[in-house]
Amino acid sequence: MSESPEPLLSLTDVRKHFPITKGLIKRQVGAVKAVDGISFDVRRGETLGLVGESGCGKTTTGRLITRLIEPTDGRIMFEGRDITHMSQGDLRPLRRDMQMIFQDPYSSLNPRHTVGAIVGAPFRIQGVRTEHGTKKAVQEILELVGLNPEHYNRYPHEFSGGQRQRIGIARTLALKPKLIIADEPVSALDVSIQAQVVNLLEDLQNELDLTYVVIAHDLSVVRHISDRVAVMYLGKIVEIADRKDLYESPMHPYTTALLSAVPIPDVRRRAGRERIRLLGDVPSPINPPPACRFHTRCWKAQEVCRTVEPPLAELATGHRVACHFPENAPAGAVQDTSGTEVPA
Amino acid sequence: MTGSARPAGGAPVPSDERRHGFLELRDLRIHFPTDDGLVRSVDGLSFTLERGRTLGIVGESGSGKSVTSLGILGLHKDGRARISGEIWLDGEELVSASAEHVRTLRGKKMAMIFQDPLSAMHPYYTVGAQIIEAYRIHHQVSKAVARKHAVDLLGRVGIPQPDRRVDSYPHEFSGGMRQRAMIAMALSCDPELLIADEPTTALDVTVQAQILDLMRDLQQEFDSALIVITHDLGVVAELSDDILVMYGGKCVEYGTAEDIFDRPEHPYTWGLLGSMPRLDRERTERLLPIKGSPPSLINVPSGCAFHPRCGYEPRTGGLGSTEVPELAAADGGHDGGHLVRCHLPREERRAIWENEIKPTLESA
Repeated sequence: MSESPEPLLSLTDVRKHFPITKGLIKRQVGAVKAVDGISFDVRRGETLGLVGESGCGKTTTGRLITRLIEPTDGRIMFEGRDITHMSQGDLRPLRRDMQMIFQDPYSSLNPRHTVGAIVGAPFRIQGVRTEHGTKKAVQEILELVGLNPEHYNRYPHEFSGGQRQRIGIARTLALKPKLIIADEPVSALDVSIQAQVVNLLEDLQNELDLTYVVIAHDLSVVRHISDRVAVMYLGKIVEIADRKDLYESPMHPYTTALLSAVPIPDVRRRAGRERIRLLGDVPSPINPPPACRFHTRCWKAQEVCRTVEPPLAELATGHRVACHFPENAPAGAVQDTSGTEVPA
Repeated sequence: MTGSARPAGGAPVPSDERRHGFLELRDLRIHFPTDDGLVRSVDGLSFTLERGRTLGIVGESGSGKSVTSLGILGLHKDGRARISGEIWLDGEELVSASAEHVRTLRGKKMAMIFQDPLSAMHPYYTVGAQIIEAYRIHHQVSKAVARKHAVDLLGRVGIPQPDRRVDSYPHEFSGGMRQRAMIAMALSCDPELLIADEPTTALDVTVQAQILDLMRDLQQEFDSALIVITHDLGVVAELSDDILVMYGGKCVEYGTAEDIFDRPEHPYTWGLLGSMPRLDRERTERLLPIKGSPPSLINVPSGCAFHPRCGYEPRTGGLGSTEVPELAAADGGHDGGHLVRCHLPREERRAIWENEIKPTLESA
């Protein structure tokens, strides 16, 4: 990791284990290892995409970053300050700088509050006074996200899904945050509306100099908006790289499999396309496979994958991958000894 | 044509001279009277589907695609829906048939795979019990035989240790497994028409790929007619022979998968293609969204329902907002297979696609 300026956000070996308790005295009998040792930086002004299947810990990661939950272990630095175990009171002023966009525009807006109250809430909570009053400020933000400022007194149910998502984005932007965590920001929206919101997020980033962490399962959307992409599997980052590198020459077999599983809207290519089929489901994070967690589904797995955990190593500039037998690796980085067949 | 209330007749209407396709919809209309007005969910839909073929129905939420599928299955019959038009399934007319008669067809003749298997399956019964129940309604067999059949089916859809999992409850299955169990349930009586409503929307990509493969294999094996309803153009491209694009309760474009993806002619189809980031192409700087949002089905815009969102509406000379365009043969249509509902002259549509839309979709 050779970052030039100080990163906006930095995670070092962060873990979050949710205890499973049993019996009257709540004896701990195990733990869901939702996030199990992840490290990455987010640079100012970039968009980091976080992808993975359900249960891989990407949403938990988002909540750890915003400190909605407290990590079990590791360290989270935001603008050079350690926020790992900061109290809620100490965190409050920081919340101005990091905000979250939620997936479901139906459940993330209070149905009994007007748009003005929803978008104005951050001003009220943070005690921010603006020059021409909160109402004016809110109306400016509504206009910024493409809503009619006259809708100030309307309620969420009067809006369509796409417009509601814009209200959520307006609330997020109210206090001009530096970092925005967007957890599946478009997956609940119709295709034509998805594109509108994706374009809006990009415009806002350019205009307001925002940094995004975008959590999503849709690999096409992530490719479109991210500068760098991290792939998660069972609580670990298995690969992190610049967008172009990750999509054009993925090194981890899991990334390769994910990319090849995306249905392509091209009829002519459907016959000839070579697919990597992963068998089975993601194992349970309560009892993840030892060593390399992907070995139970990996077609390249060898004995070493079952015994030694591969480190997240930088095999090319800015391209880190945790695998004993990476694909597309530059010559000499790692010897690929597998001669195993690819399942049809 | 105004919608008459559903007739109560029971016997299948004798078919007229013309031979019907295996499944044929003729001017199907499904309207729901509500306090706010009449919801025209499906408004004059016609198509034909033969055995062994797959039809993909694409549209956004509220375009009427799910209502169509429920209508075919006769699941609106005891509701307040006003249904008119004709649904011919293997020579029988279903709109005028009694609810009781259609019920006997469900399961055996036609079956459905729902989007969310957790809410479509009964949480109180084991997966096996739910498959066995459907099978024994249509077949006079003992419980033991039906159970054997259920185990076979679960194995067929790729559930490991089917003889043990048959006694599991739905909540004990993972999402992908549950969807497989749903498919097993739908297939239990070997239906000739299978309707899958967003079959993979709730699943992860790797599991989605498994399920799409499974559906393709099973269709070939059973030679059934398959309708796939989805908003995901990728899924449609994977499975469909023919594609029907719905907007505001009407079919706006119909054609083979090649027609729709290689030479689409409706501005809405162009919009869908432009809205979608694609992994198989160079990354474009901007997505090309459709402005506005899908219409309310109570107040469908006058004329062409798409006109308020259409960038080419001014070129229709005012027709767009006043007159509903006919579903007519498209330019490149071979023997009338490719149909488009648009006021733009054919040559102009073709030129816009070739010169304006196609280049923006393909280049960076």
